Amino acid sequence: MAKARGKVTFREDLCKGCELCTTVCPVNIIEMDRGRINIKGYHPATVKEMDKCIGCGNCATICPDVVISVEREMEK
Amino acid sequence: MTVVFQRTSGLTEKPFHYCPGCTHGVIHRLVGEVLEELGVLGKAIGVAPVGCSVLAYDYFNCDMHEAAHGRAPAVATGIKRVHPDKVVFTYQGDGDLASIGTAEIVHAAHRGEKITTIFVNNAIYGMTGGQMAPTTLIGQKATTAPYGRDANHAGMPLRVAEMLATITGAVFVERVAVDTPANIRKAKKAIKKAFEVQLEGKGFGIVEILSTCPTNWGLTPTEAIKWLQDNMMPYYPLGNFRTPEEAK
Repeated sequence: MAKARGKVTFREDLCKGCELCTTVCPVNIIEMDRGRINIKGYHPATVKEMDKCIGCGNCATICPDVVISVEREMEK
Repeated sequence: MTVVFQRTSGLTEKPFHYCPGCTHGVIHRLVGEVLEELGVLGKAIGVAPVGCSVLAYDYFNCDMHEAAHGRAPAVATGIKRVHPDKVVFTYQGDGDLASIGTAEIVHAAHRGEKITTIFVNNAIYGMTGGQMAPTTLIGQKATTAPYGRDANHAGMPLRVAEMLATITGAVFVERVAVDTPANIRKAKKAIKKAFEVQLEGKGFGIVEILSTCPTNWGLTPTEAIKWLQDNMMPYYPLGNFRTPEEAK
């Protein structure tokens, strides 16, 4: 079966740290980066294990601040 | 790699001023995406309300007009009658549409104005600091209802979609929510349908969208979504209340 491989990009300075994206990720790879703060003063959402991303777009769909863009390709 | 999701050209580059987790941003994006997909950005005119979304004119990448509190349907009526070939929509909250603007929305629907209304219901007055709105639920605390809303004193919460669905001129009435990605996709379909009804010249269309207000509800964004599902959805059932086919 073809496997979907995704890549998400965060415009971190727009993130307000609401954490909604972390609740809808089916592979649980989004986390808040507690080690950094962005220009707005929030811990931005980030992905550390991008190879697990399936590019479903759930995170971008629920993000209220249009922080996330998503790309996807099918692996043979 | 193919792009699955990117910022719509229906929105300007200006960052939203809304509180963290406020679903106004999701609804703004859905409207922007629909305008882009229908190819009407060049001829769309939006009317912004008074409330948290008072600055909506900064965010939509189309012509915008500001209205006095609750009067967006009246302003939109004027714009649509002068420019019948334009796509005119209002974006209103529950304090704006269901309280001070009730007369305007009822009569815009009654006259069958060919406009589209995006109605954001978060069961509270957001911008002014969490006062009780007509849509505030029984028992829900607000700054003007510190012990929770009492039906004897303030009446039952107003179901706007059901009310407007009784009006002949309102040809498309649907209630949606933006609590999960699946419901957000359904909400986008409803918004698109409401604009298509206008483009086909059938009459007035409104989409009521259940939204969160984490700040004034006193909850985290995640808890607010859960509160919406547990408390708002049972009283404000999702679904379509009127389609152009039924309105004939």
